[in-house]
Amino acid sequence: MCGIVGLFLKNSTLEPRFGELLAEMLVVMTGRGPDSAGFAVYGSGENGRIKLTVRGDDLDSIVADLGGDISGFIRDTHLVLTLPERDEQRVRDWLAASRPDLAVTGAGERIELYKEVGLPADVAKRFGLAGMSGTHGIGHTRMATESAVTTAGAHPFSTGTDQCLVHNGSLSNHRSLRRMLEPKGIRFSTDNDSEVAAGYLSWKLQEGATLAEALEASLDDLDGFFTFVVGTESGFAVLRDPVSCKPAVMAETDDYVAFGSEYRALAGLPGIQNARVFEPEPARVYAWERN
Amino acid sequence: MPVVDLAETTKRDLNAQLHALPADTNATHWTVENSEGQHALAVGLDVPITVEINGHAGYYCAGMNKQATVVVDGNVGVGVAENMLSGKVHVKGDASQSAGATAHGGLLVIDGDASARCGISMKGVDIVVKGSIGAMSAFMAQSGNLVVLGDAGDALGDSIYEARLYVRGTVKSLGADCIEKELRDEHKADLRRLLDAAGLDETVSVADFRRYGSARGLYNFHVDNSSAY
Repeated sequence: MCGIVGLFLKNSTLEPRFGELLAEMLVVMTGRGPDSAGFAVYGSGENGRIKLTVRGDDLDSIVADLGGDISGFIRDTHLVLTLPERDEQRVRDWLAASRPDLAVTGAGERIELYKEVGLPADVAKRFGLAGMSGTHGIGHTRMATESAVTTAGAHPFSTGTDQCLVHNGSLSNHRSLRRMLEPKGIRFSTDNDSEVAAGYLSWKLQEGATLAEALEASLDDLDGFFTFVVGTESGFAVLRDPVSCKPAVMAETDDYVAFGSEYRALAGLPGIQNARVFEPEPARVYAWERN
Repeated sequence: MPVVDLAETTKRDLNAQLHALPADTNATHWTVENSEGQHALAVGLDVPITVEINGHAGYYCAGMNKQATVVVDGNVGVGVAENMLSGKVHVKGDASQSAGATAHGGLLVIDGDASARCGISMKGVDIVVKGSIGAMSAFMAQSGNLVVLGDAGDALGDSIYEARLYVRGTVKSLGADCIEKELRDEHKADLRRLLDAAGLDETVSVADFRRYGSARGLYNFHVDNSSAY
Protein backbone atom coordinates (compact mmCIF):
# COMPACT_ATOMS: atom_id res chain seq x y z
CA MET A 1 0.00 0.00 0.00
CA CYS A 2 1.36 3.47 0.92
CA GLY A 3 0.21 6.75 -0.56
CA ILE A 4 2.36 9.27 -2.33
CA VAL A 5 1.65 12.81 -3.40
CA GLY A 6 3.55 15.60 -5.08
CA LEU A 7 2.85 19.17 -6.04
CA PHE A 8 4.87 21.42 -8.34
CA LEU A 9 3.65 24.99 -8.65
CA LYS A 10 3.97 26.89 -11.89
CA ASN A 11 2.11 29.96 -10.64
CA SER A 12 4.03 31.74 -7.86
CA THR A 13 0.89 33.32 -6.42
CA LEU A 14 -0.03 29.87 -5.07
CA GLU A 15 3.28 29.54 -3.17
CA PRO A 16 1.93 30.90 0.14
CA ARG A 17 -0.76 28.19 -0.02
CA PHE A 18 1.65 25.38 -0.89
CA GLY A 19 1.69 23.72 2.54
CA GLU A 20 -2.06 23.93 2.92
CA LEU A 21 -2.57 22.20 -0.45
CA LEU A 22 0.04 19.50 0.19
CA ALA A 23 -1.34 18.87 3.67
CA GLU A 24 -4.80 18.19 2.30
CA MET A 25 -3.41 15.84 -0.33
CA LEU A 26 -1.42 13.99 2.31
CA VAL A 27 -4.33 13.63 4.72
CA VAL A 28 -6.63 12.21 2.01
CA MET A 29 -4.05 9.43 1.54
CA THR A 30 -4.38 8.30 5.17
CA GLY A 31 -6.26 5.17 4.12
CA ARG A 32 -3.28 4.04 2.09
CA GLY A 33 -0.81 4.69 4.87
CA PRO A 34 -1.88 5.39 8.44
CA ASP A 35 1.37 4.36 10.17
CA SER A 36 3.59 7.31 9.49
CA ALA A 37 3.94 10.25 7.17
CA GLY A 38 6.56 12.58 5.83
CA PHE A 39 7.04 15.38 3.39
CA ALA A 40 9.70 17.56 1.80
CA VAL A 41 9.06 21.18 0.96
CA TYR A 42 11.20 23.46 -1.20
CA GLY A 43 10.75 26.79 0.54
CA SER A 44 12.87 29.89 0.87
CA GLY A 45 16.63 29.74 0.65
CA GLU A 46 19.65 31.94 0.60
CA ASN A 47 22.49 31.66 -1.86
CA GLY A 48 25.63 30.36 -0.18
CA ARG A 49 23.79 29.03 2.83
CA ILE A 50 22.50 25.52 3.38
CA LYS A 51 19.63 24.19 5.43
CA LEU A 52 20.08 20.97 7.38
CA THR A 53 16.96 19.31 8.75
CA VAL A 54 17.85 17.38 11.90
CA ARG A 55 15.51 14.94 13.61
CA GLY A 56 15.52 13.85 17.25
CA ASP A 57 14.92 14.96 20.82
CA ASP A 58 16.53 17.67 22.99
CA LEU A 59 17.12 20.08 20.15
CA ASP A 60 16.99 23.33 22.16
CA SER A 61 20.67 23.88 22.80
CA ILE A 62 22.12 22.78 19.45
CA VAL A 63 22.33 26.19 17.76
CA ALA A 64 24.17 27.60 20.79
CA ASP A 65 26.38 24.52 21.09
CA LEU A 66 27.43 24.79 17.45
CA GLY A 67 28.24 28.50 17.65
CA GLY A 68 29.29 30.54 14.65
CA ASP A 69 27.06 31.94 11.93
CA ILE A 70 24.29 29.41 12.40
CA SER A 71 20.59 29.97 12.96
CA GLY A 72 17.84 27.47 13.48
CA PHE A 73 14.19 26.88 14.27
CA ILE A 74 12.43 23.91 15.77
CA ARG A 75 9.27 22.26 14.47
CA ASP A 76 8.27 19.54 16.90
CA THR A 77 10.91 16.78 16.62
CA HIS A 78 12.82 18.47 13.81
CA LEU A 79 15.35 21.30 13.86
CA VAL A 80 16.17 23.22 10.70
CA LEU A 81 19.66 24.71 10.84
CA THR A 82 20.75 27.38 8.36
CA LEU A 83 24.48 27.74 7.96
CA PRO A 84 27.13 28.83 5.49
CA GLU A 85 27.79 26.12 2.91
CA ARG A 86 31.44 25.93 3.93
CA ASP A 87 30.38 24.90 7.46
CA GLU A 88 28.28 21.90 6.35
CA GLN A 89 30.96 19.28 6.91
CA ARG A 90 31.98 20.77 10.27
CA VAL A 91 28.37 20.71 11.46
CA ARG A 92 27.79 17.16 10.18
CA ASP A 93 30.99 16.01 11.92
CA TRP A 94 29.97 17.72 15.15
CA LEU A 95 26.51 16.15 15.04
CA ALA A 96 27.95 12.70 14.37
CA ALA A 97 30.43 13.03 17.23
CA SER A 98 28.43 14.95 19.83
CA ARG A 99 24.86 14.00 19.02
CA PRO A 100 24.83 10.55 17.42
CA ASP A 101 21.21 10.22 18.55
CA LEU A 102 20.16 12.73 15.88
CA ALA A 103 19.59 12.06 12.19
CA VAL A 104 20.02 14.51 9.33
CA THR A 105 16.92 13.97 7.18
CA GLY A 106 17.65 16.50 4.46
CA ALA A 107 20.13 19.09 3.30
CA GLY A 108 20.05 21.77 0.66
CA GLU A 109 19.60 25.41 -0.14
CA ARG A 110 15.81 25.20 0.01
CA ILE A 111 14.70 21.72 1.08
CA GLU A 112 13.18 20.98 4.48
CA LEU A 113 12.26 17.37 5.17
CA TYR A 114 10.01 16.17 7.98
CA LYS A 115 8.82 12.67 8.87
CA GLU A 116 7.24 11.12 11.89
CA VAL A 117 5.24 8.11 13.08
CA GLY A 118 1.50 8.65 13.40
CA LEU A 119 -1.57 9.52 11.38
CA PRO A 120 -0.79 11.85 8.47
CA ALA A 121 -3.16 14.52 9.81
CA ASP A 122 -1.33 14.50 13.15
CA VAL A 123 2.09 14.53 11.51
CA ALA A 124 1.11 17.43 9.24
CA LYS A 125 -0.24 19.35 12.23
CA ARG A 126 2.76 18.73 14.47
CA PHE A 127 5.09 20.21 11.87
CA GLY A 128 2.71 22.99 10.82
CA LEU A 129 2.72 21.90 7.18
CA ALA A 130 -0.41 23.91 6.35
CA GLY A 131 1.44 27.12 7.20
CA MET A 132 4.46 26.47 5.00
CA SER A 133 5.02 28.18 1.70
CA GLY A 134 6.99 26.61 -1.10
CA THR A 135 7.44 26.04 -4.81
CA HIS A 136 7.20 22.26 -4.90
CA GLY A 137 7.34 19.25 -2.66
CA ILE A 138 6.43 15.63 -2.13
CA GLY A 139 4.75 13.59 0.58
CA HIS A 140 4.24 10.01 1.66
CA THR A 141 1.85 8.11 3.90
CA ARG A 142 3.23 4.76 4.96
CA MET A 143 1.62 1.40 5.57
CA ALA A 144 4.53 -0.70 6.73
CA THR A 145 4.25 -4.24 5.42
CA GLU A 146 7.72 -5.72 5.72
CA SER A 147 9.56 -3.64 8.28
CA ALA A 148 8.87 -1.92 11.56
CA VAL A 149 6.90 1.29 11.96
CA THR A 150 9.75 3.65 12.72
CA THR A 151 10.47 7.25 11.86
CA ALA A 152 13.66 6.22 10.07
CA GLY A 153 11.62 3.98 7.79
CA ALA A 154 9.26 6.80 6.84
CA HIS A 155 9.64 8.66 3.56
CA PRO A 156 10.75 10.94 1.90
CA PHE A 157 14.41 9.95 1.60
CA SER A 158 17.11 12.40 0.75
CA THR A 159 20.56 11.23 -0.27
CA GLY A 160 21.85 14.34 -2.02
CA THR A 161 21.73 18.09 -1.73
CA ASP A 162 18.22 19.41 -2.36
CA GLN A 163 17.11 15.96 -3.53
CA CYS A 164 14.26 13.84 -2.23
CA LEU A 165 12.25 10.81 -3.25
CA VAL A 166 9.06 9.04 -2.24
CA HIS A 167 8.43 5.50 -3.36
CA ASN A 168 5.40 3.25 -3.55
CA GLY A 169 6.46 -0.32 -4.16
CA SER A 170 9.39 -2.53 -3.32
CA LEU A 171 12.78 -3.15 -4.88
CA SER A 172 14.32 -6.58 -5.09
CA ASN A 173 17.92 -5.71 -6.00
CA HIS A 174 18.49 -3.01 -3.41
CA ARG A 175 21.23 -4.92 -1.60
CA SER A 176 23.40 -5.25 -4.69
CA LEU A 177 22.71 -1.65 -5.67
CA ARG A 178 23.75 -0.54 -2.21
CA ARG A 179 27.02 -2.46 -2.54
CA MET A 180 27.60 -0.74 -5.88
CA LEU A 181 26.76 2.75 -4.59
CA GLU A 182 28.52 2.84 -1.22
CA PRO A 183 32.05 2.75 -2.68
CA LYS A 184 31.02 5.67 -4.88
CA GLY A 185 30.42 7.79 -1.79
CA ILE A 186 26.65 7.56 -1.54
CA ARG A 187 25.73 7.51 2.14
CA PHE A 188 22.78 5.54 3.50
CA SER A 189 21.36 5.90 6.96
CA THR A 190 18.73 3.13 6.94
CA ASP A 191 18.25 -0.38 5.55
CA ASN A 192 15.29 0.80 3.51
CA ASP A 193 15.06 -0.18 -0.17
CA SER A 194 13.56 3.19 -1.09
CA GLU A 195 16.60 4.99 0.28
CA VAL A 196 18.68 2.96 -2.17
CA ALA A 197 16.54 4.23 -5.03
CA ALA A 198 17.15 7.78 -3.80
CA GLY A 199 20.87 7.02 -3.56
CA TYR A 200 20.93 5.61 -7.07
CA LEU A 201 19.43 8.83 -8.47
CA SER A 202 21.83 10.95 -6.38
CA TRP A 203 24.73 9.02 -7.88
CA LYS A 204 23.46 9.53 -11.43
CA LEU A 205 22.91 13.25 -10.81
CA GLN A 206 26.39 13.49 -9.31
CA GLU A 207 27.72 11.91 -12.51
CA GLY A 208 26.15 14.75 -14.48
CA ALA A 209 22.84 13.26 -15.56
CA THR A 210 19.72 15.39 -15.64
CA LEU A 211 16.89 14.27 -13.40
CA ALA A 212 15.08 12.81 -16.42
CA GLU A 213 18.22 10.97 -17.54
CA ALA A 214 18.80 9.59 -14.04
CA LEU A 215 15.27 8.22 -13.96
CA GLU A 216 15.61 6.83 -17.46
CA ALA A 217 18.72 4.92 -16.35
CA SER A 218 16.92 3.56 -13.29
CA LEU A 219 14.58 1.63 -15.58
CA ASP A 220 17.53 -0.55 -16.55
CA ASP A 221 19.18 -0.83 -13.16
CA LEU A 222 16.34 -1.05 -10.64
CA ASP A 223 14.47 -4.32 -10.28
CA GLY A 224 11.11 -4.31 -8.59
CA PHE A 225 7.88 -2.41 -8.31
CA PHE A 226 7.96 1.30 -8.08
CA THR A 227 6.19 4.53 -8.57
CA PHE A 228 8.61 7.34 -7.73
CA VAL A 229 7.97 11.01 -7.20
CA VAL A 230 11.23 12.92 -7.04
CA GLY A 231 12.22 16.49 -6.24
CA THR A 232 15.35 18.50 -6.83
CA GLU A 233 16.00 22.20 -6.17
CA SER A 234 14.44 23.10 -9.51
CA GLY A 235 12.88 19.89 -10.73
CA PHE A 236 9.98 17.52 -10.16
CA ALA A 237 9.60 14.13 -11.80
CA VAL A 238 7.51 10.97 -11.82
CA LEU A 239 8.35 7.46 -12.97
CA ARG A 240 6.50 4.14 -12.83
CA ASP A 241 8.05 0.75 -13.50
CA PRO A 242 7.16 -1.07 -16.74
CA VAL A 243 4.53 -3.26 -15.07
CA SER A 244 3.00 -0.37 -13.11
CA CYS A 245 1.25 -2.30 -10.37
CA LYS A 246 1.30 0.77 -8.15
CA PRO A 247 -1.37 3.34 -8.85
CA ALA A 248 -0.73 6.87 -10.05
CA VAL A 249 -2.76 9.77 -11.33
CA MET A 250 -1.65 13.24 -12.32
CA ALA A 251 -3.27 16.58 -12.98
CA GLU A 252 -1.82 19.53 -14.81
CA THR A 253 -3.11 23.08 -15.16
CA ASP A 254 -1.45 26.39 -16.01
CA ASP A 255 -0.89 26.79 -12.26
CA TYR A 256 0.51 23.44 -11.16
CA VAL A 257 1.40 19.80 -11.75
CA ALA A 258 0.07 17.43 -9.12
CA PHE A 259 0.60 13.74 -8.44
CA GLY A 260 -1.48 11.41 -6.28
CA SER A 261 -1.68 7.67 -5.72
CA GLU A 262 -5.40 8.17 -6.23
CA TYR A 263 -7.48 10.92 -7.75
CA ARG A 264 -9.06 11.60 -4.36
CA ALA A 265 -5.81 13.23 -3.27
CA LEU A 266 -6.15 15.77 -6.07
CA ALA A 267 -9.85 16.47 -5.68
CA GLY A 268 -9.35 19.51 -3.44
CA LEU A 269 -6.86 21.36 -5.62
CA PRO A 270 -7.94 24.71 -7.07
CA GLY A 271 -9.26 24.45 -10.62
CA ILE A 272 -9.08 20.65 -10.64
CA GLN A 273 -12.37 20.52 -12.55
CA ASN A 274 -10.62 21.93 -15.60
CA ALA A 275 -7.26 20.23 -15.12
CA ARG A 276 -5.85 17.72 -17.58
CA VAL A 277 -6.13 14.56 -15.51
CA PHE A 278 -4.12 11.59 -16.77
CA GLU A 279 -2.50 8.37 -15.69
CA PRO A 280 1.28 8.38 -16.21
CA GLU A 281 2.28 5.63 -18.62
CA PRO A 282 4.50 2.74 -17.55
CA ALA A 283 8.27 3.24 -17.94
CA ARG A 284 7.90 6.82 -19.11
CA VAL A 285 9.70 9.66 -17.36
CA TYR A 286 7.62 12.75 -16.65
CA ALA A 287 9.75 15.71 -15.60
CA TRP A 288 9.24 19.40 -15.03
CA GLU A 289 11.82 22.11 -14.38
CA ARG A 290 11.33 25.52 -12.84
CA ASN A 291 12.29 28.40 -15.09
CA MET B 1 -35.51 11.20 -9.73
CA PRO B 2 -33.20 10.97 -6.72
CA VAL B 3 -30.07 13.10 -6.55
CA VAL B 4 -27.43 12.01 -4.07
CA ASP B 5 -24.81 14.57 -3.10
CA LEU B 6 -21.75 12.79 -1.76
CA ALA B 7 -20.67 16.00 -0.06
CA GLU B 8 -23.61 15.33 2.28
CA THR B 9 -24.34 11.61 2.00
CA THR B 10 -21.75 8.91 2.58
CA LYS B 11 -20.82 6.47 -0.11
CA ARG B 12 -22.08 3.61 2.06
CA ASP B 13 -25.46 5.29 2.34
CA LEU B 14 -25.62 5.72 -1.42
CA ASN B 15 -24.80 2.07 -2.05
CA ALA B 16 -27.22 0.94 0.67
CA GLN B 17 -30.03 2.97 -0.92
CA LEU B 18 -29.31 1.45 -4.31
CA HIS B 19 -29.14 -2.08 -2.90
CA ALA B 20 -32.48 -1.64 -1.13
CA LEU B 21 -34.37 -0.92 -4.37
CA PRO B 22 -36.98 -3.53 -5.34
CA ALA B 23 -36.88 -4.96 -8.86
CA ASP B 24 -39.95 -2.95 -9.88
CA THR B 25 -38.76 0.35 -8.42
CA ASN B 26 -40.01 3.58 -9.93
CA ALA B 27 -36.80 5.35 -8.94
CA THR B 28 -35.11 4.36 -12.15
CA HIS B 29 -32.80 7.32 -12.64
CA TRP B 30 -30.27 8.38 -10.03
CA THR B 31 -27.78 11.20 -10.15
CA VAL B 32 -24.67 11.30 -7.97
CA GLU B 33 -22.90 14.63 -7.37
CA ASN B 34 -19.51 15.42 -5.83
CA SER B 35 -18.05 11.97 -6.32
CA GLU B 36 -14.50 13.39 -6.01
CA GLY B 37 -12.82 10.11 -6.92
CA GLN B 38 -14.35 8.06 -4.12
CA HIS B 39 -13.98 4.30 -4.40
CA ALA B 40 -16.61 1.58 -4.82
CA LEU B 41 -19.40 3.84 -6.08
CA ALA B 42 -22.55 2.11 -7.36
CA VAL B 43 -21.16 -1.37 -6.79
CA GLY B 44 -23.18 -4.57 -6.64
CA LEU B 45 -26.31 -3.18 -8.27
CA ASP B 46 -29.00 -5.67 -9.29
CA VAL B 47 -31.92 -3.59 -10.57
CA PRO B 48 -32.65 -2.11 -14.02
CA ILE B 49 -31.91 1.50 -13.12
CA THR B 50 -29.57 4.18 -14.44
CA VAL B 51 -27.03 5.81 -12.15
CA GLU B 52 -25.24 8.89 -13.48
CA ILE B 53 -22.11 9.91 -11.64
CA ASN B 54 -21.18 13.52 -12.37
CA GLY B 55 -17.45 13.58 -11.71
CA HIS B 56 -14.49 11.29 -11.37
CA ALA B 57 -14.85 7.94 -9.61
CA GLY B 58 -12.19 5.90 -7.81
CA TYR B 59 -11.56 2.17 -7.68
CA TYR B 60 -14.04 -0.57 -8.61
CA CYS B 61 -16.78 1.78 -9.77
CA ALA B 62 -19.85 -0.26 -10.82
CA GLY B 63 -18.12 -3.46 -9.81
CA MET B 64 -20.21 -6.65 -9.91
CA ASN B 65 -22.89 -4.76 -11.83
CA LYS B 66 -26.04 -6.63 -12.80
CA GLN B 67 -28.85 -5.13 -14.90
CA ALA B 68 -28.06 -1.50 -14.09
CA THR B 69 -26.66 1.19 -16.37
CA VAL B 70 -23.92 3.25 -14.74
CA VAL B 71 -22.65 6.35 -16.52
CA VAL B 72 -19.58 8.21 -15.26
CA ASP B 73 -19.08 11.73 -16.54
CA GLY B 74 -15.39 11.73 -15.69
CA ASN B 75 -12.47 9.35 -15.23
CA VAL B 76 -12.52 6.13 -13.24
CA GLY B 77 -9.82 4.43 -11.17
CA VAL B 78 -8.68 0.82 -11.10
CA GLY B 79 -11.14 -1.97 -11.88
CA VAL B 80 -14.20 -0.23 -13.30
CA ALA B 81 -17.02 -2.76 -13.86
CA GLU B 82 -14.83 -5.55 -12.51
CA ASN B 83 -16.75 -8.80 -12.48
CA MET B 84 -19.77 -7.22 -14.16
CA LEU B 85 -22.47 -9.79 -14.93
CA SER B 86 -24.90 -7.79 -17.05
CA GLY B 87 -26.04 -4.24 -17.72
CA LYS B 88 -23.96 -1.40 -19.06
CA VAL B 89 -21.19 0.81 -17.76
CA HIS B 90 -20.25 3.91 -19.73
CA VAL B 91 -17.18 5.96 -18.80
CA LYS B 92 -17.02 9.31 -20.58
CA GLY B 93 -13.40 9.96 -19.61
CA ASP B 94 -10.42 7.65 -19.18
CA ALA B 95 -10.23 4.43 -17.18
CA SER B 96 -7.30 3.32 -15.08
CA GLN B 97 -5.96 -0.23 -14.91
CA SER B 98 -7.88 -3.49 -15.10
CA ALA B 99 -11.05 -2.06 -16.59
CA GLY B 100 -13.65 -4.81 -16.90
CA ALA B 101 -11.45 -7.33 -15.12
CA THR B 102 -12.99 -10.83 -14.90
CA ALA B 103 -16.36 -9.50 -16.09
CA HIS B 104 -18.81 -12.18 -17.24
CA GLY B 105 -21.29 -10.12 -19.23
CA GLY B 106 -22.75 -6.74 -20.00
CA LEU B 107 -21.21 -3.90 -21.99
CA LEU B 108 -18.40 -1.60 -20.85
CA VAL B 109 -17.85 1.49 -23.00
CA ILE B 110 -14.92 3.80 -22.37
CA ASP B 111 -14.89 7.02 -24.42
CA GLY B 112 -11.28 7.85 -23.57
CA ASP B 113 -8.27 5.61 -22.98
CA ALA B 114 -7.99 2.59 -20.71
CA SER B 115 -4.59 1.93 -19.14
CA ALA B 116 -2.83 -1.38 -18.47
CA ARG B 117 -4.56 -4.74 -18.15
CA CYS B 118 -7.87 -3.69 -19.70
CA GLY B 119 -10.08 -6.79 -19.90
CA ILE B 120 -7.73 -8.95 -17.85
CA SER B 121 -9.27 -12.40 -17.43
CA MET B 122 -12.50 -11.24 -19.09
CA LYS B 123 -15.09 -13.99 -19.09
CA GLY B 124 -17.80 -12.88 -21.50
CA VAL B 125 -18.07 -9.11 -21.20
CA ASP B 126 -18.07 -6.84 -24.25
CA ILE B 127 -15.66 -3.92 -23.90
CA VAL B 128 -15.46 -1.03 -26.35
CA VAL B 129 -12.65 1.49 -25.84
CA LYS B 130 -12.83 4.53 -28.11
CA GLY B 131 -9.27 5.57 -27.28
CA SER B 132 -6.25 3.35 -26.70
CA ILE B 133 -5.47 0.62 -24.20
CA GLY B 134 -2.32 0.02 -22.14
CA ALA B 135 0.06 -2.88 -21.82
CA MET B 136 -0.94 -6.44 -20.94
CA SER B 137 -4.55 -5.94 -21.91
CA ALA B 138 -6.78 -9.02 -22.29
CA PHE B 139 -4.27 -11.07 -20.30
CA MET B 140 -5.72 -14.59 -19.95
CA ALA B 141 -8.96 -13.34 -21.50
CA GLN B 142 -11.37 -16.24 -21.66
CA SER B 143 -14.38 -15.07 -23.64
CA GLY B 144 -16.18 -11.94 -24.76
CA ASN B 145 -15.07 -9.15 -27.06
CA LEU B 146 -12.60 -6.30 -26.66
CA VAL B 147 -12.89 -3.57 -29.28
CA VAL B 148 -10.29 -0.80 -29.41
CA LEU B 149 -10.54 2.15 -31.79
CA GLY B 150 -7.06 3.41 -30.92
CA ASP B 151 -3.85 1.51 -30.24
CA ALA B 152 -2.94 -1.37 -27.93
CA GLY B 153 0.19 -1.47 -25.73
CA ASP B 154 2.68 -4.26 -25.20
CA ALA B 155 1.79 -7.93 -24.83
CA LEU B 156 -1.80 -7.75 -26.00
CA GLY B 157 -3.72 -10.93 -25.25
CA ASP B 158 -0.95 -12.74 -23.42
CA SER B 159 -2.03 -16.34 -22.69
CA ILE B 160 -5.44 -15.62 -24.17
CA TYR B 161 -8.16 -18.26 -24.37
CA GLU B 162 -11.27 -17.64 -26.51
CA ALA B 163 -11.90 -13.91 -26.26
CA ARG B 164 -11.94 -11.91 -29.50
CA LEU B 165 -9.85 -8.78 -29.76
CA TYR B 166 -10.49 -6.13 -32.43
CA VAL B 167 -8.02 -3.27 -32.74
CA ARG B 168 -8.24 -0.46 -35.29
CA GLY B 169 -4.87 1.15 -34.53
CA THR B 170 -1.46 -0.33 -33.97
CA VAL B 171 -0.59 -3.13 -31.58
CA LYS B 172 2.78 -2.55 -29.93
CA SER B 173 3.33 -6.25 -29.41
CA LEU B 174 1.34 -9.44 -28.99
CA GLY B 175 1.64 -11.56 -25.87
CA ALA B 176 2.41 -15.26 -25.74
CA ASP B 177 0.04 -17.36 -27.85
CA CYS B 178 -1.85 -14.36 -29.22
CA ILE B 179 -1.93 -14.05 -33.01
CA GLU B 180 -3.64 -12.02 -35.67
CA LYS B 181 -6.56 -13.84 -37.22
CA GLU B 182 -8.69 -13.40 -40.29
CA LEU B 183 -11.58 -10.94 -39.98
CA ARG B 184 -14.37 -13.00 -41.52
CA ASP B 185 -17.94 -11.86 -42.24
CA GLU B 186 -19.24 -13.31 -38.99
CA HIS B 187 -16.68 -11.22 -37.11
CA LYS B 188 -17.54 -8.12 -39.08
CA ALA B 189 -21.22 -8.57 -38.21
CA ASP B 190 -20.40 -9.09 -34.56
CA LEU B 191 -18.09 -6.08 -34.55
CA ARG B 192 -20.82 -3.94 -36.14
CA ARG B 193 -23.20 -5.00 -33.40
CA LEU B 194 -20.67 -3.97 -30.74
CA LEU B 195 -19.93 -0.62 -32.38
CA ASP B 196 -23.64 0.10 -32.67
CA ALA B 197 -24.14 -0.79 -29.02
CA ALA B 198 -21.40 1.68 -28.12
CA GLY B 199 -23.16 4.41 -30.10
CA LEU B 200 -20.66 4.44 -32.97
CA ASP B 201 -22.13 4.96 -36.42
CA GLU B 202 -20.98 3.87 -39.85
CA THR B 203 -18.17 6.42 -39.88
CA VAL B 204 -16.34 3.80 -37.86
CA SER B 205 -15.90 1.06 -40.42
CA VAL B 206 -15.50 -2.57 -39.39
CA ALA B 207 -13.13 -3.06 -42.32
CA ASP B 208 -10.53 -0.89 -40.57
CA PHE B 209 -10.13 -3.33 -37.68
CA ARG B 210 -7.84 -6.32 -37.31
CA ARG B 211 -8.74 -9.32 -35.24
CA TYR B 212 -6.50 -11.05 -32.70
CA GLY B 213 -7.06 -14.21 -30.74
CA SER B 214 -5.54 -17.35 -29.36
CA ALA B 215 -3.21 -19.60 -31.33
CA ARG B 216 -4.31 -22.27 -28.84
CA GLY B 217 -0.74 -23.42 -28.50
CA LEU B 218 -0.59 -23.08 -24.74
CA TYR B 219 -3.83 -24.86 -23.89
CA ASN B 220 -2.04 -28.02 -22.89
CA PHE B 221 1.41 -28.19 -21.43
CA HIS B 222 4.06 -29.08 -23.93
CA VAL B 223 7.67 -29.06 -22.91
CA ASP B 224 8.69 -27.18 -26.05
CA ASN B 225 6.48 -24.30 -24.92
CA SER B 226 7.97 -24.05 -21.45
CA SER B 227 9.77 -20.80 -22.21
CA ALA B 228 6.49 -19.19 -23.26
CA TYR B 229 4.81 -19.56 -19.87
